[in-house]
Amino acid sequence: MRRWLPFEWIAAIRFLVEGRMQSLFIVAGVTIGVGVIVFMSAILTGMTTNMMRRILNSQAHIELVPADEVARPLRGGDPVITLTTVQRPTQRVKSIDQWQSLREVLARNPEVTHVAPIVSGSALAARGSASRSVTVVACEPETYFEIVDLPGNLLEGHARLASDGVVIGTDLARELGVTLGDKLRLTSATGAGVTQTIIGIFDLGNRGVNMRNVYVALRTGQALLGLIGGATALEVTLTDVYAAQEVAEFIQTATGIEADSWIKTNAQFFTVMKTQFTSNTAIRVLVALSVAFGIASVLVVSVVQRSKEIGILRAMGARRGQILRIFLIQGGVLGLVGSLFGSAMGMASLVAFHALLRNADGSEFFPLVLDWTLPAWSAALATATGILAAMTPALRAARLDPVVAIRG
Amino acid sequence: MADPVPLPAPVLRLDAVTKSFAIGTPVEVEVLHGLDLTLERGEFVALIGPSGSGKSTLLNLIGLLDRPTSGRLALLGAETTTLDDRDLTRLRGRSIGFVFQYHHLISAFSAEENVAMPMLVDRGFPDDEMRARARELLDRFRLAPWAGQAVTRLSGGQQQRVAIARALAMDPALVLADEPTGNLDTKSSDLAFDLMREINRERGTTFLIVTHDPRLARRCDRIVEVIDGRITSDRPNAAREGESA
Repeated sequence: MRRWLPFEWIAAIRFLVEGRMQSLFIVAGVTIGVGVIVFMSAILTGMTTNMMRRILNSQAHIELVPADEVARPLRGGDPVITLTTVQRPTQRVKSIDQWQSLREVLARNPEVTHVAPIVSGSALAARGSASRSVTVVACEPETYFEIVDLPGNLLEGHARLASDGVVIGTDLARELGVTLGDKLRLTSATGAGVTQTIIGIFDLGNRGVNMRNVYVALRTGQALLGLIGGATALEVTLTDVYAAQEVAEFIQTATGIEADSWIKTNAQFFTVMKTQFTSNTAIRVLVALSVAFGIASVLVVSVVQRSKEIGILRAMGARRGQILRIFLIQGGVLGLVGSLFGSAMGMASLVAFHALLRNADGSEFFPLVLDWTLPAWSAALATATGILAAMTPALRAARLDPVVAIRG
Repeated sequence: MADPVPLPAPVLRLDAVTKSFAIGTPVEVEVLHGLDLTLERGEFVALIGPSGSGKSTLLNLIGLLDRPTSGRLALLGAETTTLDDRDLTRLRGRSIGFVFQYHHLISAFSAEENVAMPMLVDRGFPDDEMRARARELLDRFRLAPWAGQAVTRLSGGQQQRVAIARALAMDPALVLADEPTGNLDTKSSDLAFDLMREINRERGTTFLIVTHDPRLARRCDRIVEVIDGRITSDRPNAAREGESA
């Protein structure tokens, strides 16, 4: 008997060891349950993180764009005449009014980490007789690359954008048959054109972006799109990506400029994520319930089997509280031990599946994210579940009348 | 006992104790009808009576495992009927030792641990002192070689001796034994009984022994007989008187 262990713990552990068959079975049950939760949650987290990384690779958390142009019919005079049709005007590429001062205001917000002005619009990228329509993103490299990590996703070359350089995606390069150092002519809809040298080729992990986006220096873009000194959008990153929607709404109300969060522009992704999260939670709850019932049933049997011993303990001076704790501890220990084995099992199968399960091209089927808070959480949760499940049997044990218990 | 010197409070005093059980409300059946009983320090008393006479009920009341319906029950001079469950449990653990017909040892523990159990329950944490006390009792009861053994591997006689040792662990004022030898062969039975007698003489521990065995009852100092919930006879055992003086 260890001298630092109190009576309740000693008794609880001895009872569990003595009933080792029951203990073993229920620990196995908890192990499987927790293992499934850990495995599933890790895969889900990995996949979501991966998807989010892909989205945010080429996108700011919030984008500020000038408000849509609307037609405002002039009214007055004759109230009898009403307009039945008001045509929506075409949306021109235009600059945000006073973007420099807006940028400074935004930068002062503690939740904002970076603000970068861009000019973006469509253009035609031509090389000889081949041409593709592209989206020109003109930016200040020093601020914009803090938001979209273009230099980090380069396959070749560099991203030090000067007035005559352009960085294009790997898919566009393949389509146009161009490589580093080649010239590319960009022509805007207004007819303005510039000839740029390809200084870098990127892969942002998104085929659409790789095909469509070309990056040039801010001044080059302003000249090309006829917006000298202007910015069509302000890209903003935040300390907390999930707060994007609230911050965007706040900015919109405060400045009157339209602010779109990445959450809003990727609503579908969020719907999928939410659905997965909900089903994952449902499975967790159900597994936790079955674990709880398993532990409870084992302890109920144990209380019945040990009622004489409980009676004797009560006769020799054990208080109700002590008896209660003996069984609560057993529940907690079963949950804890099972969750430790379960976490190990979940992690091990995660590593094994990650190694075995591959996409056709040999790339990983799901990203391996070993998050060590997950086992800690499941251990805490399983222990709490065990204690909670032990409540009914423990109360039953504590309430046993020693006279009845001893007589059997 | 006509002793002119004022005695310390008796180990146990029952005053007009009754006990009724509800057998379906409002019907109640009274099984003990106003019992008076006093046990003095160092007495070795047999409680006899036919089955169903109320012996076990009486023993449960005395052992503070149950509460009387009316009357007063004082242990070592302290009234117990007003105590709450917690205090009653503590008093029981510290002042009363139990020996049951079927030893009722706790099978998950060794002989030594079983003997130390009342001390562990009382103090909360194990210590060297309770281990030493358990060893001493096991030595005394000629069980030293089996101290570390699982109790399930001991013989019936050995198990009952462990149970007696356990009842004595807290050095209680009163030991209640319910057919302590009912389940043993004559030899084991004699050994267990002799040990109880020894402790009674040495430590002045009061014993109340419920038995059906007339041979055993005859070896006690005083015999109390309960029939139909009443004490019908309470007499010193003449045969033993000279010996136990």
